Amino acid sequence: MSRIIDRRLNGKNKSAVNRQRFIKRFKDQIKTAVGKAIGKRNITDICNSEKIIIPKKDITEPRFSHGKGGSYTSIHAGNKEFTKNDHIKRPESQGGQGQGGDASNSDETGEDNFAFEISKDEFLDLFFEDLCLPNLIQKELKELETVRYARAGYTTEGVPTNINILRSMKTAKSRKLAITGSYREKIKELEKEIKKLEEENFEDSNIKEIVELKEEIVKIKTKMEKIPFIDKIDIRYNNKTAVKEPSSKAVMFCIMDVSGSMDEAKKDIAKRFFILLYLFLNRNYKKIELVFIRHHTSAKEVSEEEFFYSRETGGTVVSSALELMADIIDKRYPPSQWNIYGAQASDGDNWNNDSPKCNEILLNKIMPKVQYFSYVEIMPRHHQSLWEAYVGVKNVVSNFSMQNIKSPQQIYPVFRELFESK
Amino acid sequence: MDDIKKKPKYLSTGSEWTFELIEKYDKEIARIAHEKFKLDTYPNQIEVISAEQMIDAYSSVGMPVGYHHWSFGKHFVNTEKQYKRGRMGLAFEIVINSNPCIAYLMEENTMTMQAVVIAHACYGHNSFFKNNYLFKTWTSPDSIIDYLLFAKNYIAKCEERYGSEVELLLDSCHALMDFGVDRYKRPERISLIEEQKRQKEREEYMQLQVNDLWRTIPISEEKESKQKKHFNFPEEPEENLLYFFEKNAPLLKPWQREIIRIVRKIAQYFYPQKQTKVMNEGWATFWHYTIINELYSEDLITNGSYLEFIKTHTDVIYQPGFDSKFYSGVNPYALGFNIYSDIKRICDEPTDEDKKYFPDIAGSDYLETLNFAMQNFKDESFIRQFLSPKLIRDFKLFSILDDENNNELIVSAIHDEEGYIDIRETLAEQYNLSNIEPNIQVYSVNLEGDRSITLRHIMHDNRPLSEDTQEVLKHIHRIWGFDVILESFDPKDNTVKKSYRCPEKNQ
Repeated sequence: MSRIIDRRLNGKNKSAVNRQRFIKRFKDQIKTAVGKAIGKRNITDICNSEKIIIPKKDITEPRFSHGKGGSYTSIHAGNKEFTKNDHIKRPESQGGQGQGGDASNSDETGEDNFAFEISKDEFLDLFFEDLCLPNLIQKELKELETVRYARAGYTTEGVPTNINILRSMKTAKSRKLAITGSYREKIKELEKEIKKLEEENFEDSNIKEIVELKEEIVKIKTKMEKIPFIDKIDIRYNNKTAVKEPSSKAVMFCIMDVSGSMDEAKKDIAKRFFILLYLFLNRNYKKIELVFIRHHTSAKEVSEEEFFYSRETGGTVVSSALELMADIIDKRYPPSQWNIYGAQASDGDNWNNDSPKCNEILLNKIMPKVQYFSYVEIMPRHHQSLWEAYVGVKNVVSNFSMQNIKSPQQIYPVFRELFESK
Repeated sequence: MDDIKKKPKYLSTGSEWTFELIEKYDKEIARIAHEKFKLDTYPNQIEVISAEQMIDAYSSVGMPVGYHHWSFGKHFVNTEKQYKRGRMGLAFEIVINSNPCIAYLMEENTMTMQAVVIAHACYGHNSFFKNNYLFKTWTSPDSIIDYLLFAKNYIAKCEERYGSEVELLLDSCHALMDFGVDRYKRPERISLIEEQKRQKEREEYMQLQVNDLWRTIPISEEKESKQKKHFNFPEEPEENLLYFFEKNAPLLKPWQREIIRIVRKIAQYFYPQKQTKVMNEGWATFWHYTIINELYSEDLITNGSYLEFIKTHTDVIYQPGFDSKFYSGVNPYALGFNIYSDIKRICDEPTDEDKKYFPDIAGSDYLETLNFAMQNFKDESFIRQFLSPKLIRDFKLFSILDDENNNELIVSAIHDEEGYIDIRETLAEQYNLSNIEPNIQVYSVNLEGDRSITLRHIMHDNRPLSEDTQEVLKHIHRIWGFDVILESFDPKDNTVKKSYRCPEKNQ
């Protein structure tokens, strides 16, 4: 007698350990792939699960086997027209036919690559690991309260735009049914009587009576028709109540200096920094909009693509970007509804007499409206002029932070300092 | 009124399965298998699992308990990806050669499919495992699960103690897994407890042995002259590379020897499955076909469910032609199934041709003959013995000579009178594992000099080794600890055609 066992509930993910080991074993290759992926991705879809492609030769398990060459016979099925001693051209894809078939397997990503997907968590782990991330410390974000109107049943009072037609028609119909009930009963009775009379002989008295009864019915019917199709008391309005909830909308301003002195390496550091901030915000907000502002002597709002990849030259006037940011906030992102974050990356270069202006714009126009503003200076050498101006800001307001980054390895520690809960 | 049919007593009519239904089907299938067809099986343990668990089982080469290793993770990741993309359906069964015989049913399958899998795995494969001589000789289904558990725990313990070294050693062992089997020697059976006891003793004893072999203390002249006699070590070439390293590698620690032993034991366990692919799958397919047909003729399954079965069965035994894009060699399911069916035909209705080719079995009792065929052969000898001219014609088999000295391939035999024997011979050879895998043996060890080891690849059909060879040598070097030399030796003219060395010599 066989034993039948339901194993569906236990032993799930038996291979999880092996999978982890696989990823650990090829961490270097996978990390390279993740690095490449980051380069190719937009900031907004950075944290989707990632398809990782690593070279197959790195992960093959070698075995002794026969190579091409030699002289041997093999058996195949489905002969159609061959007879003994026919000569056939050697298939090109492969030296020997061997077990056959392989020729037909050339597909997709190519034989040289091994592609697989890693989950979002695994991706983040690998991504942060590159930045020497031990654990992401959650900063308590200052929550912004917004009011949202949620539906809450129906009321009898309201404005015409909120009329709920279906509901109103239902009430109207039932009111009509209720009021006309006694009339309809009466009509029924009268009709019965008419029928009874009709079945009897057609005497004059009968006929007269019938006519009277019929008139009666018509009277009642007109009464019924006078009942209004819809009345004021029928109308129902959708009811809405105000619900307070933390705002789930955030906007992140990425400001970057694209003057000649920002080379690719610096931009890459900046991008990683922005990504980090984005991921961080992503954990807290449902919806995040990104605004990219790049500047040299003048500032411009651009697409992400342009932000990271186009090259500009020229001097640097930082205030132009801050001005533009303040403008955009005023026009599109009222601070009462949006959590606003600013992140600025620059090599710190600025026209000397522009720096005090930056200080002023930040303090007066920007800092009161934003949740947080962080500035990273990507400069391996000494601090630049902008730094001094920003120190002035930092001393006055608490939601401003600034750090200097010298190499990619520093990004995470710096990031953590910036966002440490105080 | 006579022609009123008996009301059918279908076991089920819908496609959904329940545990009660599986039990009912299993009972009927067991009755047919045991009573009607006299199949001799281990008791069954049927486990219902999800697709995800099936992928798990897949990637651990069907071992129900396996030690952890990244390569299983790689298979898992790969299988999972393909499955998610809908590239492949999962194989419809995995069955483990143990006692009781463990078979997995996937929860996604319909009742009909579950019935097919039960017939295929729980009665087909199961009876093969119990009765084929290779399995009887080489595997001990009573203790395999215990052994795997022992292996898993032992390796986990080693990992705790020695860390990543364990994984590297396993890598090296896996590279040689195909060369960790005894092809001819017979093993002895021992129980798990004894295995554990022996393992302790072995550790101590083996270390002693090895030390003795590598003794550097000068020996007296008398002894030396004695030793000169067996100038060559090993005296006989050794084909089981892992066994040789386990016993003789100079620098290994006891736990490393034990891990090598575990890998080679597992390789040995699966070796009969590699040798009997056609026979085993064919046998299981033949019986699921026969049993489901029996269920149908007893009115136990509906027409719809029978159609579903036929569709699946036809897919399983489909043999695409060589020029089809689905072609990947001769389909072992098709070949095996057809050979068994053909044996039954030869027994029941032999033609003149059959009488000429199979005088012994033509007209004999088919159940007896089938059992004989299943029990006493491996793929190679099975094909050589039972592939009939009719089947060669049905499959339209032809043989191709691929000679590196010719620009063209030559058709050396086709399915005609003069080709039958030739094709049968070549096909049989194609399933001879010693032809598929290169023949590599430990040839000599330089005991007194640099302790280098020389392996010999005895060339077959002039075929060279693949590009992986140098990589594998690195693994051998990791185990052996000293220089490794591999020579491709051509027995036809007694010359060494090519020589590999690890570490590679600086030019």
